[in-house]
Amino acid sequence: MSRSRILALGLSLGLAGGVATQDPLAAQEQPVLVTGATVMTASDAGRIENGAVLFENGRITAVGPASEVDAPSNARIIDATGKFVIPGIIDAHSHIAADAINEGSVAVSSMVSIMDVIDPTDIAIYREAAGGVTTSHVMHGSANPIGGQNAIIKHRWGADAEGLLFEGAPPTIKFALGENPKRSNFGGIPGIPDRYPQSRMGVMDVIRQAFAAATAYKAEWDAYDARVANGDRNAIPPRRDLQLEPLKEILEGTRYVHAHSYRADEILQLMRVAEEFGFRIHTFQHVLEGYRVADELREHGAHASTFSDWWAYKVEAYEAIPYNAAIMTERGIVVSINSDSGEEGRHLNQEAAKTMKWGGMTEEQALAMVTINPAIQLNIQDRVGSLEVGKDADLVIYDNYPLSSFAKVRTTFVDGEVVFDVERDMQMRQEMVAERERLLEMLGEAEETEEADETPGSPGTGSGNGGTR
Amino acid sequence: MRRFQPAALATAVALGSLAVSAASAQESDTYAVTGATIHTVANGTIENGTIVMRAGQIVAVGGPDTAIPAGATIIEGTGKHVYPGMVDAFSRLGLTEIGAVSATNDQSEMGDWNPHLEAYQAIHPASEHIPVARANGITHTLAAPGGGTISGQATLIHLDGWTVEEMRIEESAGMVIDWPSVGGGGRGFFGGGGNQDRSFQQRLEQYEKDVTELDEWFAAAAHYRQATEAGSDRVTRDLQLEQLARVLDGSLPVIIQANDERQITDAIEFAEKWALDLVLAGAEESRDMASTLAEKGIPVILGPVQRLPSDRDAPYDEPNTLPGVLHDAGVEIAFATFNSSDSRTLPYEVANAVPFGLPHDAALEAVTLSPARILGVGDRLGSLETGKTANVIVADGDPLEITTQIEYVFIKGVPVDLDNKHRRLWEKYKNRPAKATTT
Repeated sequence: MSRSRILALGLSLGLAGGVATQDPLAAQEQPVLVTGATVMTASDAGRIENGAVLFENGRITAVGPASEVDAPSNARIIDATGKFVIPGIIDAHSHIAADAINEGSVAVSSMVSIMDVIDPTDIAIYREAAGGVTTSHVMHGSANPIGGQNAIIKHRWGADAEGLLFEGAPPTIKFALGENPKRSNFGGIPGIPDRYPQSRMGVMDVIRQAFAAATAYKAEWDAYDARVANGDRNAIPPRRDLQLEPLKEILEGTRYVHAHSYRADEILQLMRVAEEFGFRIHTFQHVLEGYRVADELREHGAHASTFSDWWAYKVEAYEAIPYNAAIMTERGIVVSINSDSGEEGRHLNQEAAKTMKWGGMTEEQALAMVTINPAIQLNIQDRVGSLEVGKDADLVIYDNYPLSSFAKVRTTFVDGEVVFDVERDMQMRQEMVAERERLLEMLGEAEETEEADETPGSPGTGSGNGGTR
Repeated sequence: MRRFQPAALATAVALGSLAVSAASAQESDTYAVTGATIHTVANGTIENGTIVMRAGQIVAVGGPDTAIPAGATIIEGTGKHVYPGMVDAFSRLGLTEIGAVSATNDQSEMGDWNPHLEAYQAIHPASEHIPVARANGITHTLAAPGGGTISGQATLIHLDGWTVEEMRIEESAGMVIDWPSVGGGGRGFFGGGGNQDRSFQQRLEQYEKDVTELDEWFAAAAHYRQATEAGSDRVTRDLQLEQLARVLDGSLPVIIQANDERQITDAIEFAEKWALDLVLAGAEESRDMASTLAEKGIPVILGPVQRLPSDRDAPYDEPNTLPGVLHDAGVEIAFATFNSSDSRTLPYEVANAVPFGLPHDAALEAVTLSPARILGVGDRLGSLETGKTANVIVADGDPLEITTQIEYVFIKGVPVDLDNKHRRLWEKYKNRPAKATTT
């Protein structure tokens, strides 16, 4: 699918140069009106039958009943009668588009960042867009009690690594509890030595030790900052510690903790450790036994991002239940359903629907779990997560009801630009076949030429000497 | 096995207007669902239909005039839909409990040549996975062994029974072979099958050696059978060869797991050489061989539709379109999870092929009647027909749709308890008293 990336790049270049494009779907600066669809807004407006969404320059400019949304005369109009429109899906826990996931050699890897290893050529960016995903939280792995810094990306297929990053998104960091950081299921791998911690006691200790150090580090900086503020010109700044700096940010409330967790007891203990040091666990990830400590989660002020129905792959997942999201929602927690997988990320709409079956969530609650709720968990709810005026034009057109096992995505927009369209995909496939044939033909001709050139006595421009290719 | 508890069911799911009335003594073995839409799979759909089950079998399927025997327990099914129970056509149900805990895994044994091992002997009837799967309408499964090259014999079981003997449909329903692979695709959690450091040529040589060895096992089994049939008293009993020989007269199907084109092509050639009753499992790259499979009458048990395309350049919807391509070509298809914890969501995997070309009726058949035919029990299971075993589900809609609730599951004509580990934990924790705000 590298072709699609080339195509997308070509289009954006074309626009930059003011060249009219043949593909009207990609015309970013032209207002676009998607009309006639059932619009599921994931906002207070709820579901709008025969609704319309108007967007321009990457932002939504109107949402409402089709009869009330007037398109500018130059607008491109997409007749979506009989179809459904939802906000772009947000995956609060992903590992796509990264060259590396775990720095597992140390128990505290807060100095490393996924932002340094974004791979903009990962086909998963496109394939998940084909499943309606427009924003992903690309997380460090769960090998360490305190893991690395994460990246939030938009599925701008064709953009470079920097261009994928969700500009202005508040920074986050990964923590991890339980079997993964204590390396329970990774024994016997040649070349991988044992590493502290090996128990849930040790996991909590690592976190507590790190925050004891971070608290002291912050005090040093606070003292220095106070001296500077008082006009002390002789103040010497403390040495920057890149491992402690992100933890200092956590203590200052400018970096948000996303903690991989399974069992209820470890969830509770981490909240208490955080409270001891005066910070908050912003979102528990996986949190498969969150249903057992839902009131405690709400009291602490934590959000929860969980799987729809995975269970029994390891001991700490044996009491996972598909009702988890529903119980936590009913206890007042902001809950999202995440993928943790480049495959699962292709059908998060269906994973959300499972909360309607198991736990009786309403359509609005289920949709929120893959749109506005993960936006809240990533602190980007002012930009994305619902179809509201002023928000980014990240939206998905489905051929049919999205919270269904029969749902199929037609078109996905990011910043008002088409990143996936089912018909364009079909067209690109045909172009790929044609190009492959053309290249094979060229190869055949080249080989014939080479054979001719390499006959004895000919001057030979041939292969093997480098230079010409 | 009479565990029918309407009260428990009523608390577990919103039963709406569905009411159960026992017209006679509690010990009746006769059940009828009336006024429902009956999806027979074999003979179309009956509106306002009645189905009668007695002593484990379906004894009548018809319209509103269908006679209901005196003493039958009647389920008023107006607005409800009745379907055959669904099948996970290749699972590990009863064979594995917790993936990461080896003590709970009994699906594979040491060694590469295990034709004499039977899943039947390791099935754990009290596995928590079984009630979870059946609560969503999965009534039977092929519990299959894995590992090695000849993995062993798979067992077809009902998902209900106090013992494996009560669960048994066919103790030995197929010989499972995991076809050798050239590899290099990087499957598995740690990204490879341990052959990544070898060249393609080395891996190809190993592959050919493995296939030759497999062939030698079949030759040995053929000789063993010849000798024993000739009544030779000089043949020492050999359980491996004795069991492998069962596939040679076509009386025991051979289920070959093969995914790439080389594997599939070679498996077909091998099956033809030994005149095997071949069923392909997996078959991810069978798209270009659809017409060949149809011509040769080779059925396919497909894995999950929700998987990644085979390689980076493959279309995004490659897994979704494959079932429809095979169906259109005339290949008989079934679906499987190849694990235990996902069995309950098998119908949704199948549904994912429908907007990509698999007709809805064909999708339904692929989780009911097709697997029954493929596994050799099409005369007994898979559709709502008189005389068949009464594995029947009653739902408030299409069981392939996520939001549909399964309201009754009959296995061998008996309504089974839809309670399970997950529902119990839900009931318990959703009713946890609100935490006191201070202590």
